[in-house]
Amino acid sequence: MEADITLTVDGRPRALRVDTRTTLLDALREHLDNTAPKKGCDHGQCGSCTVLLSGRRVVSCLILAAAADGAEVTTAAGLGDEAAPHPLQQAFVEHDGLQCGYCTPGQVCSAAGVLDEAAAGWPSAATPPDDLAEGSAPVLTDAEIRERMSGNLCRCGAYAGIVAAVGDAARAHAPAESGGNR
Amino acid sequence: MNPFDYHRAEDAAGAAALVADNPAAAFLAGGTNLVDRMKLGVTAPDTLVDITHLPMDEVEELPEGGLRIGANVRNSEAAAHPLVRTRYPVLSQALLSGASGQLRNAATTGGNLLQRTRCVYFQDLSTPCNKREPGSGCSALEGYQRYHAVFGASPDCVATHPSDMAVALAALDAQAVVQDAAAERRIPVSRLHRLPGEAPERDTVLAHGDLITAVELPAMPMAARARYRKIRDRASFAFALVSAAAAMELAEDGTVADARIALGGVAHKPWRARLAEEALIGAAATGHDFAAAAEAELAEARPLPGNTFKLPLVRAAITTTLGEVADGVRGRGAGPDQGEGER
Ligand SMILES: Cc1cc2nc3c(=O)[nH]c(=O)nc-3n(C[C@H](O)[C@H](O)[C@H](O)COP(=O)(O)OP(=O)(O)OC[C@H]3O[C@@H](n4cnc5c(N)ncnc54)[C@H](O)[C@@H]3O)c2cc1C
Ligand code: SF4
Ligand code: FES
Ligand code: FES
Repeated sequence: MEADITLTVDGRPRALRVDTRTTLLDALREHLDNTAPKKGCDHGQCGSCTVLLSGRRVVSCLILAAAADGAEVTTAAGLGDEAAPHPLQQAFVEHDGLQCGYCTPGQVCSAAGVLDEAAAGWPSAATPPDDLAEGSAPVLTDAEIRERMSGNLCRCGAYAGIVAAVGDAARAHAPAESGGNR
Repeated sequence: MNPFDYHRAEDAAGAAALVADNPAAAFLAGGTNLVDRMKLGVTAPDTLVDITHLPMDEVEELPEGGLRIGANVRNSEAAAHPLVRTRYPVLSQALLSGASGQLRNAATTGGNLLQRTRCVYFQDLSTPCNKREPGSGCSALEGYQRYHAVFGASPDCVATHPSDMAVALAALDAQAVVQDAAAERRIPVSRLHRLPGEAPERDTVLAHGDLITAVELPAMPMAARARYRKIRDRASFAFALVSAAAAMELAEDGTVADARIALGGVAHKPWRARLAEEALIGAAATGHDFAAAAEAELAEARPLPGNTFKLPLVRAAITTTLGEVADGVRGRGAGPDQGEGER
């Protein structure tokens, strides 16, 4: 059975017909030739297929393309490119946050989600319970970054560089810190 | 994967009727469990009814002081909601300890409650499993038992329910609001999931086509200092071996006036530790009393040869979580000295 859907991918509206069994990941890679998101496990366990769906990070391997009809999708390719890299992409390069690079597009999209979630005040399992209950805004310490990025595995073990890269980008991303309202 | 029709539901009762009328239809929420199972061939619906566009995505205050969390509220949104964080931080903690940031952004309140077991044999079509194929046998009885039950299992199935969120909800006396084609009813979350008995294929007391529209949390002052603790094989992004949610209220004299304890990773359902709760009432809330409460519950434990290690984990989860709750309650309440001095 088929479904006619539209997706706005990296800013470009795209119309396509898919078998209802098609995941968002396969629609991007096989139908729209966007190979930035990678297929690692295909079961939500590795994070290499991470994209931003309507601005939120998700694993595209467990989302049906038909269910995403009408949505806006941002892949690592849409965050930035060689000419104008996203600050996170730049930070990954500067901190050696990769080796083979297979997990990297998913890592970068996930990290972009992490920065937005922290800016929105969202807590994590690394947030001390009392801060959680009091509703104070999170500070992206290394422990917070490790916890928030735990859905992205790296077989090359580039984790130390990844944590450093996300930390740098987080400090650059948080101008409110100098605003004196904390 | 079997071919299937995809529908976007337009109203709750209609969605319930659509699924009730077709034994091979299923509700689709975030899809993080259902799509996974469809890829594995464990579940093969011919029709998916997507409920994520139904208006069940609000967190609202209830008139009596409780909170109603819509079935479509994403796990990440529920965990970050200011009223959940301040009134029921144990629920935020439980949600945040589950899965990954990406999965929590897709996973919903309703889907989390009704996710199915992670028993490796249930997920592997090449092995017998009574839950997947009634009457075929239970491979776990002679197999891998690390993630399996120590309470309430049967000779037909020893699987556990994998949800962290449901453990906090069970401790908080939450109710699931259920809609069928005709009417709405409420079921306590602690009675929503079944024990396997002779029908392990049935996870819950729901009928096919019953739609969960929301979860309601009653007002519970002690919930503001309740805590969740999860013990697992790695520090993050792993299912619970054992987990505990606990709330406690101390009387003026420092003894336990009221308590709620629920355990995860140990049974076919979120396990309300009622024997431990009873043992605590009136006790002095010392480490010794917490250990005695854990022992009262463990008297009912029936571990498998491959998971006897869970008994000390249950003991540790109960005693450390209660200890943490007691510290918080004393810090905020009568003060650490008062209770001790009057005893
Ligand atoms: C790699 C991985 C790790 C995970 N780790 C954890 C963990 O540590 N802790 C944890 O608790 N969970 C964990 N999960 C499970 C995750 O929490 C669930 O997959 C998720 O909560 C399911 O929600 P959903 O909205 O995606 O449900 P779906 O997959 O859409 O649905 C799940 C089931 O519920 C039914 N359903 C959905 N909504 C309703 C409703 N409103 N009424 C009636 N029926 C409904 C569906 O028909 C389906 O059978 C993990 C999952 C993955 C893939
Ligand atoms: S424990 Fe339950 S789910 Fe696992 S194999 Fe046995 S019957 Fe199946
Ligand atoms: S491919 Fe999607 S999480 Fe691994
Ligand atoms: S860089 Fe190779 S998997 Fe991460």
